[in-house]
Amino acid sequence: MSLPSCRPWPGADLMFLTSGPIELAPLVAQVMSAERGGVACFLGTVRNHQHGREVVRLEYSAYSPMVEAECARIVAEAEARWSCGVALVHRIGSLEVGETAIAIAAASPHRDEAFAACRYVIEEVKRRVPIWKREFFADGTVEWVGTETPVSAGTRNTG
Amino acid sequence: MTISAPPTLRVQVLLFGSYADCLGRNAAELTVSAPATVVDVLHRIRSLPGGERIPARPLCAVNLSHVSLETSVKDGDELAILPPLAGG
Repeated sequence: MSLPSCRPWPGADLMFLTSGPIELAPLVAQVMSAERGGVACFLGTVRNHQHGREVVRLEYSAYSPMVEAECARIVAEAEARWSCGVALVHRIGSLEVGETAIAIAAASPHRDEAFAACRYVIEEVKRRVPIWKREFFADGTVEWVGTETPVSAGTRNTG
Repeated sequence: MTISAPPTLRVQVLLFGSYADCLGRNAAELTVSAPATVVDVLHRIRSLPGGERIPARPLCAVNLSHVSLETSVKDGDELAILPPLAGG
């Protein structure tokens, strides 16, 4: 049995989620300005291993409306605390090794604030934003990340 | 003399990731006795077939915000039961 991991929210205006490849340049352009001389960026990409096992791809799912709400709160917190501009996007769906899952750009008059804001945003996203992923291993097994509950046999990746 | 029914409230429960797998569904509408907290709704969900695999104190959100399990729920609330987060 294969269950959809999140129900669709038709018509939802998604600002922080995308199902297509992530480009960093538009995010940087969004936050750069003449007053901001420091831009820090973070990319989280799909790595090919987890605890010594070979990973072939990841599948991300999300509670989309809450992702939007929580990301907006996190960005607002960072912008207020370090007087910077922050752009953030997270990808959902199936991602191959090497593809970008999350991108953050933080721009500030000086580098310390940009680095601090960028670091804050990635840590808070990991701690607060309702996104989940399943790892597809080279040996054909599939596991939810961060849980002891194995995916039932019927949803194992046989590819 | 009118006998009024005990007060109840309806809560839309959303399940995600491994928890949706546990119950074989990703949503449930429950009617619970009022007043009720998140824990009361969780108790009902965990009594459904497969629900015992959901931990007693998971991460929860009501109406798109993280909440403590002692938070009161109101009629029409959307309660999301969140497996361990794995974004980034």
